[in-house]
Amino acid sequence: MAKIKISDLAKIKERVTEQTNLREGGAQIKVTVHMGTCGIASGARNVLKALMEELDKSGRKDIIVTTSGCVGLCSQEPIVTVERIGEEPIKYVFVDDPKMRQIFNQHALEGSVQSQWALAKGSEQ
Amino acid sequence: MKRFRQHLLICGGTGCHAAGSLQVRKALEAEIKNQGLAEEVAVVETGCNGFCAMGPVMVVYPEGIFYVSLEEKDIPELVEEHLLKGRPVERLMYKEPASKEVIPDMLDIPFFAHQQLIALRNRGLLDAENIDEYIARDGYRALAKALTEMSPQDIVEEVKKSGLRGRGGGGFPTGLKWQFCQGTPGEHKYVLCNADEGDPGAFMDRSILEADPHSVLEGMTIAAKAIGANEGYIYCRAEYPLAVQRLEHAIVQAKEYGLLGKNILDTGFDFDLHVYQGAGAFVCGEETALMRSIEGKRGMPRPRPPFPAVKGLYDKPTVLNNVETWANVAPIILKGGDWYASIGTEGSKGTKVFALTGHVNNIGLVEVPMGTSLRTIIYDIGGGMPKKHRKFKAVQLGGPSGGCVPEQYLDLPCDYEEIIKAGAIMGSGGMIVMDDSTCMVDMARFFMEFVQDESCGKCTPCREGTRRMLQVLERICDGEGKAGDIELLEELAGMIKESALCGLGQTGPNPVLSTLRYFRDEYEAHIFDKKCPARTCVNLIEFRVDEDLCKKCGLCSKACPVGAITWEKKQPAVIDLDKCIKCKTCIDTCKFDAIV
Repeated sequence: MAKIKISDLAKIKERVTEQTNLREGGAQIKVTVHMGTCGIASGARNVLKALMEELDKSGRKDIIVTTSGCVGLCSQEPIVTVERIGEEPIKYVFVDDPKMRQIFNQHALEGSVQSQWALAKGSEQ
Repeated sequence: MKRFRQHLLICGGTGCHAAGSLQVRKALEAEIKNQGLAEEVAVVETGCNGFCAMGPVMVVYPEGIFYVSLEEKDIPELVEEHLLKGRPVERLMYKEPASKEVIPDMLDIPFFAHQQLIALRNRGLLDAENIDEYIARDGYRALAKALTEMSPQDIVEEVKKSGLRGRGGGGFPTGLKWQFCQGTPGEHKYVLCNADEGDPGAFMDRSILEADPHSVLEGMTIAAKAIGANEGYIYCRAEYPLAVQRLEHAIVQAKEYGLLGKNILDTGFDFDLHVYQGAGAFVCGEETALMRSIEGKRGMPRPRPPFPAVKGLYDKPTVLNNVETWANVAPIILKGGDWYASIGTEGSKGTKVFALTGHVNNIGLVEVPMGTSLRTIIYDIGGGMPKKHRKFKAVQLGGPSGGCVPEQYLDLPCDYEEIIKAGAIMGSGGMIVMDDSTCMVDMARFFMEFVQDESCGKCTPCREGTRRMLQVLERICDGEGKAGDIELLEELAGMIKESALCGLGQTGPNPVLSTLRYFRDEYEAHIFDKKCPARTCVNLIEFRVDEDLCKKCGLCSKACPVGAITWEKKQPAVIDLDKCIKCKTCIDTCKFDAIV
């Protein structure tokens, strides 16, 4: 990686926004597993593993799987956020391996929100 | 391989089997054959898809239509309409579970609605190990502004204007601290980050470091420019491996981008940063002990003055701030000190992160504007007590240096001054909620044990005094308290507060003093009545069933692990004290507080 200049900050922002935001013709779906210590302690690694397996099975290339930190609600970890293009992000709580597989197949792929496990829609900012 | 135009995935899990998926499958296969579709449509039995409540369930690909609660009699219609004519049968489809209404908006949930995020602004929104994602959320823009558009004096003025105070607990105005260091002449200066978070029940700093390490790096680099430092350390406890790993990763990435190291952003400014792992001594969170520890010496405090701004690490002028303080710096530079100062109360500006834990439903990390009431934090954000038959008793603020705040102060606005008036301190943000099953003497004993264990031993008042206080508290909890013990505790506490060398000792007696202030009757019950009203201290519990309170439900008898409780229908339970191992399972189980 080369050293960046101040003008590069804006370029990186643009590039990342392009890559990580959902858009027509690019990524359609983004799944975030929240992996702070609290999430990992309550099983987020297994959730991520299940998610990667289901992603492999689906063969889809337009899905972003990413990790992030604690969202603050440590008592309801593991927490997973599913975003589909044009739809509000949904946060799921107390996710485990089978729930993750179902959430991926039913919601991420098919668009059917698994409201029985959903905490909320939208995001904090 | 034969290609089918449609795949029917019918669930063959136990739940769906029990609901009749086998019959449905047979009916499907028969009907498909009947309609002459056997060459075009495949029926596949799958494992449980988890939605057993709606079984038997089936997914039809490629459309991905999800059918639920199928019955044999639905099959002819389904096959004819959907498979033959291509018209999915709506009445059998999974109804969007009124989802759009049922799932609340995140900001309608009280836990999130009352929070305002500055230090935690990026939580859950970015990949902590990818610097580009931090930059995409306006990361390092504040640094660029500080390096190119602001003089060191401007930076200090902006931080002073914001009213930001040290979030580690002391509450010293951050801008002023920087100004002192800026004004101290010296070629070598240091910028340090205190990430030696050690209060029981506190995890604010860990969470920030794990979720958003670059926010700390950026804040520190801005301060380095302001005071003229070229080197810094993050002192992080080794018990936070994930935080250490993400910090080190973040530093490598920032160096590759030229956001740390030589000639940052081509502006000619140099700043290098290292992570130093502490071995887990609580006292190393004290600033002078922390610096000793980085120097490779035994982590013990030294008297102040001289303050670190004059003589700090390696006797060079040094600025040390806590993780949360650093995370607030970039937004202040970017949005201005006036913006930050518009949030909060007269004397305490901005927001504060609290680690909410204990007897509360929503255990987690909350960031609220200064001045938010304890009631809002505990009841609206925290969701109140988890056990319905238990009442709120007190909330412990500020860890071993703090105190507890009882119910009558729940409407207290949380800021530095108001919390001190109530007998506790803001501290670093640990907030432990306790219901009426908590014994306040035992709680004080716990914190005293912690302080005594963590006392470095350098000064006599802390080393010997906290040990004596602990002995008295243990005596009281064991049922051997004597008249005069309370006065002895108060006398010792006063002496330690006045004469201990550092903050650890000076504040160590606080949990005892604040529980004495609000729950003196509980101490007296232990000493004179030989009773523990909260039924925590084992030696002060009779383990006898109060027949008037007993509702004869028998739950205690079922819960007892050693079979010491006998119970017959419509009879009060009886505890056999010869068998009883005093594990208190019965006390936890009984909803009527009938075991005394």
